[in-house]
Amino acid sequence: MREVNVDKISETIKEMCISVNHFLSDDMKNAYNNAMKTETSEIGKKILGQLKENLQIAGEDMIPICQDTGMAVIFAEIGQDVHLTGGNITDAINEGVRRGYVDGYLRKSVVNDPIIRKNTKDNTPAVIHYNIVEGDKIKFTLAPKGFGSENMSKVYMLKPADGIEGVKNAILSAVKDAGPNACPPMVIGVGIGGTFEKCAILAKKALTREAGKHSDIGYVEELEKEMLEKINELDIGPAGLGGKNTAFAVNVETYPTHIAGLPVAVNICCHVNRHITREI
Amino acid sequence: MDININTPLTEDITKKLHAGDFVFITGTIYTARDAAHKRMYEAIKNGENLPVDMENNIIYYMGPSPAREGRVIGSAGPTTASRMDKYAPQLLDMGLKGMIGKGKRSKEVIDAIKRNNAVYFASIGGAGALLSKSIKKSTVIAYDDLGTEAIRKLEVENFPAIVVIDCDGNNLYERN
Ligand code: SF4
Repeated sequence: MREVNVDKISETIKEMCISVNHFLSDDMKNAYNNAMKTETSEIGKKILGQLKENLQIAGEDMIPICQDTGMAVIFAEIGQDVHLTGGNITDAINEGVRRGYVDGYLRKSVVNDPIIRKNTKDNTPAVIHYNIVEGDKIKFTLAPKGFGSENMSKVYMLKPADGIEGVKNAILSAVKDAGPNACPPMVIGVGIGGTFEKCAILAKKALTREAGKHSDIGYVEELEKEMLEKINELDIGPAGLGGKNTAFAVNVETYPTHIAGLPVAVNICCHVNRHITREI
Repeated sequence: MDININTPLTEDITKKLHAGDFVFITGTIYTARDAAHKRMYEAIKNGENLPVDMENNIIYYMGPSPAREGRVIGSAGPTTASRMDKYAPQLLDMGLKGMIGKGKRSKEVIDAIKRNNAVYFASIGGAGALLSKSIKKSTVIAYDDLGTEAIRKLEVENFPAIVVIDCDGNNLYERN
């Protein structure tokens, strides 16, 4: 049994919040570079150039890449041989988010209630997905989610008879609807299978997979590649002003499902697809 | 075409702008997003004055991240404009001439843009660090309690934007 004090968790989460909002991961930087090479539209090239410049300024001057520093979504994998001391883990994670957003000059975008809508002024609470795993480590993946793109995301309860063609239509229609609102070039997270809520969590998880890394399942890899190609033929382009780069990546995750269903979730993310992982 | 414009945004200026033009705005603009629009809407309903005169002004749909010490503002890019569609026609009819945001607008907004010779600009979504460099001064002038959603008066210099919907209703997002 390994002991971990929850204050260590708060400090780790704080550092993750600040880092992820100022520096994009290498997979996303590669995606920008590839887009610069393949873009043919003049306006598209100009916008991609400005987005790269934006990334550089963000890192050098410590200004968040985007003012919408998101609602903090956290995937927590807790080893079953870890013993937590000093408090409650959910409180510790939220304390980390609080310190990160307050001390890191990040925007507080969370309201206390969906109807009453009073700002909590410290960006808490986070949305936390826990998983118990083997071992004595704790692994956190943080993905702050901006709502320009979150608002364009969708869940479809398809029928088994709709099959893979139904899935493809669902993805394309969500991306078309998102258009310029989702700050393209986008990253598209897709969850197929499970239940109503499971497919949505899979889609969110898919966004945290490295852009450009494909699924190990043969047909899923094919689907990812085909969808990226089709999406990039839509001519939405950078900032929605036309061009070849409407999406950087399509990441698909699957799960077993019920004989009567084919749930599909399409979680749209913008070019500021922030994700960071740390292990304690 | 690249065009430099100065505020106030009069009709002489808006009538010369075309969808697809790149503009650099210098002068005073105001920020307002969801919660500030809701309050202005209620103020109008109750017959109260608005904190900002709409005549020939520009509203930037933006809620910044906090400024570090010694800085003017934090990250400062546009938010999705369609959430303000419910309120925009009324403000346009009161003299508002320009809106800066990102994403599509409703038919009602486009009609109000045409009716009032106004213009809808997009600035690049997700480029808040870069855009913050064009903002030279920022003062909260109303609804301070709304935090990032308060109304701010910004002094901008060569703030980059793109004309998406011009006063004839041409729309850069509808290319096909
Ligand atoms: S969709 Fe993404 S890039 Fe656009 S404003 Fe929101 S967080 Fe920023």
